[in-house]
Amino acid sequence: MAIVNDSIKSYKGFKAITILCLVVLYAPLVIVTIYSFNASKSITNWEGLSLYWYWDIFAGPESAKWKEAAWNSFTIAIVAVTTAMSIATLAATAMVRGGKFKLRTASFGLISLPLMVPEIVLAVATLIFFNSIGFTRGYFSILVAHTAFCIPFAYLPIQARMQGIEDSYEQAAMDLYANKRQAFTKILLPLMMPGIISGFLLAFIVSLDDFIITNFVKGAGVETLPTAIFGSVKQGLKPNIMAISTLLLGVSVIMVTISYFVSKKDNTQ
Amino acid sequence: MAAGAASGGSATTDTYASARNILLLPSWVVLGIFVLAPVLMMLIYSFLTKEFRGGVIWEFSLAAYDQFFFDRGLFGDDPAKIEWTYITIFWRSIWQAGAATILSLAIGFPTAYFIATRDEAVRPIWVFLITIPYWVNLLIRTVSMKFLLRDEGPMNDFLMNIGLIDSPIHIINTNFAVQLGLFYSYLPFMVLPIYAAVERYNFSMSEAAADLYATKWVTLRRIVLPAIKPGVIAGCILVFVPSLGSFLAPDLLGGAKNFMIGSLIEEQFKGNAGNWPFGAAASMILLSMVLIILMITARQQAKAEKAEG
Repeated sequence: MAIVNDSIKSYKGFKAITILCLVVLYAPLVIVTIYSFNASKSITNWEGLSLYWYWDIFAGPESAKWKEAAWNSFTIAIVAVTTAMSIATLAATAMVRGGKFKLRTASFGLISLPLMVPEIVLAVATLIFFNSIGFTRGYFSILVAHTAFCIPFAYLPIQARMQGIEDSYEQAAMDLYANKRQAFTKILLPLMMPGIISGFLLAFIVSLDDFIITNFVKGAGVETLPTAIFGSVKQGLKPNIMAISTLLLGVSVIMVTISYFVSKKDNTQ
Repeated sequence: MAAGAASGGSATTDTYASARNILLLPSWVVLGIFVLAPVLMMLIYSFLTKEFRGGVIWEFSLAAYDQFFFDRGLFGDDPAKIEWTYITIFWRSIWQAGAATILSLAIGFPTAYFIATRDEAVRPIWVFLITIPYWVNLLIRTVSMKFLLRDEGPMNDFLMNIGLIDSPIHIINTNFAVQLGLFYSYLPFMVLPIYAAVERYNFSMSEAAADLYATKWVTLRRIVLPAIKPGVIAGCILVFVPSLGSFLAPDLLGGAKNFMIGSLIEEQFKGNAGNWPFGAAASMILLSMVLIILMITARQQAKAEKAEG
């Protein structure tokens, strides 16, 4: 492409709007983080720096509730995403390396269905389904629902990565008498790793963050972090919510950052 | 979404063609049972009779849809009039989602354009900065927004301290608060597809326009915008569709007067007061609206791609 003069490309005010955009995106998060270190018992007044609310979460009167919610959230995310990941990897192999076949479009439609159906609708549908087959709502129902809706989030980065890998490596292995299973596990899978890791992290965040579907299928007494936070917020904003939000925010940012660097490293190879 | 399906076809090979069905089986089973079957079951439930303690009686009935559209008086024997309550809620949702989309476009378009015209080396960093907030828990982002916008919150504090206003601006529990919340929730969705489109745009076309004495704004409107239209439409859909069925922003920022579809549906399944068939019917109506929007856009995008050759 010819090099185009910068003055033709750039528009006055666009830079200012971009900065405004970033301020809008980050200001609420930064402010909540700052207020999580507030010593005051009220969320309005600033009374100096303190770790009191973090202490409150880990050792305060409600700490048992938060710990249980965190345990549920993380174990569900790990199991659901690992399962979704395996299912998605197999599906992507068939879709990208399986030639042309009749059900290809239908399969892709089915895999992306959880992305097209509005979340609240998927939540209602899942609740109704569990109810009609007599599946008791609780930890296990959340786990199953999370596994299902995490599949497309895991699938898309894997598919993208696999499309970028030429199949000549596997062909070469098979010319040297590797069977298909060996070509898959010894060649394709290792090459896929960056895509699998970044897909895992992103799907993990999606599971960890889900509120709406979890809220519908959780049943009484089982809480994840988002449903516990929502329940608490409904009774009024308290400073401990700021602290727990900051911690979750930190987990998300760290995971996205790792995922970014994993996929970036991958591009430079 | 449709574009993904189309482009997925280009790079296929048939190394594992013989194992194809076994490889796909787990996803068919899991998604078939836990996504497709539930949606079909919801369709069935919307045609059943409600049970008073929540749940359904297995008897065919059109009552749920009838209740949505018609008012037949307290005892159900008056002549049918149009029931405006639910249509109003749907209309408000469309309006709110539309306002959030326009807000996102106003901020998102210049941002996407600016990022896409940076040096190739720094673009991924800009994109990364835009995507981080999206990955932060939606609930936490909405709660942060609530915290920020309160009458006695940091935003009003700040504006009063610099002397811009004398008394707090009342934003929370208004329609505008919901629009802001939705805008904030889905802004990255607007930026990313427009960014991708501008990045592919060939700027020698802008140069040609400049050579022919087009002003810069005319070039933007008549040359750049038509070329990147698919990206703009994709961005608008990605903001509008999730906004339409959103629950958290209207629930936490809007208060009871600014009910949207999401809250209407949620209410039907809470406790024992709900009406499951009615909730299922409202969900079906929302789902149909979304699928129609997606189909129309997919068709238009395909047409545009064909026209380009």
